[in-house]
Amino acid sequence: MSTSLRNNGAAFLSLLAAALLVAGFTLAFFWAPEAEGDPAFRIFYLHVPVALTAYAAFGWGGWKALRLLWTRDERYDLESYVAIHMGVIFGLLALVTGSVWARYTWGVWWTWDERQLVLFLVLFLFYSAYFMLRFSTPAGPRRARTSAVYALFGVALIPVSFLAIRLAERYIHPVVLTRDPKIESEMLVSFFVCLAGMLVLAGALYLAELAGKRADARLRELRELLA
Amino acid sequence: MSTGEKYVAAAYLVLFGTLLLYVALIALKLGRIQRELDELARLARERPGG
Repeated sequence: MSTSLRNNGAAFLSLLAAALLVAGFTLAFFWAPEAEGDPAFRIFYLHVPVALTAYAAFGWGGWKALRLLWTRDERYDLESYVAIHMGVIFGLLALVTGSVWARYTWGVWWTWDERQLVLFLVLFLFYSAYFMLRFSTPAGPRRARTSAVYALFGVALIPVSFLAIRLAERYIHPVVLTRDPKIESEMLVSFFVCLAGMLVLAGALYLAELAGKRADARLRELRELLA
Repeated sequence: MSTGEKYVAAAYLVLFGTLLLYVALIALKLGRIQRELDELARLARERPGG
């Protein structure tokens, strides 16, 4: 993809994300009914899309890592790195917004008894450690391969973290998205609009960050040529 | 504003605050890239035959 196409893509996705998020939050606040017994339920429209976007970004990073190992094409290294960078940002947001919701609903900022919370934290810390591994190795094909293998290992944690709540026998973390949804259709529609907005937003940030990193790399090459 | 609404507002503020910070960081990075490009263009012009 050419640089101008990528930049146009980022601009288009930014506008689309803004439109979807404004629409989603408007639906969530003014159309979807309030959840009984939980005045803070509207955090759901923010917290769950952010968490699912983090999973998607980690998965995308893993896919790019697999492409790198498969094709040995080093451009996938940067793409995998930027996707994981996005995943960590959205993962941190999921932890913080979830913590705010938990403080109101459960009376605690965090609980170690919840498998899904702990597994999400493990996933987040695993990918946070990716940066330590990456920046402790000199740049080059070896670093690209090591980072890709590490990123791929983390992908195994995504389904474990996602399914943990469904496999648990005792839990307090709510399960809303099932074959028989436990929320009203207006809530579900609002949720999916917010989720689409969050995914598109992550896509826009991914393209913008990637363009910045590529421009940086080209500048380095130019500096070396002119030195 | 009820306590529940305050928590909702706090969660949304966290998201939008982080996004604003991220956009500000990207803007700073673009500014730096622009300055470095200007510097490289100047160096290229000053080179013999440039």
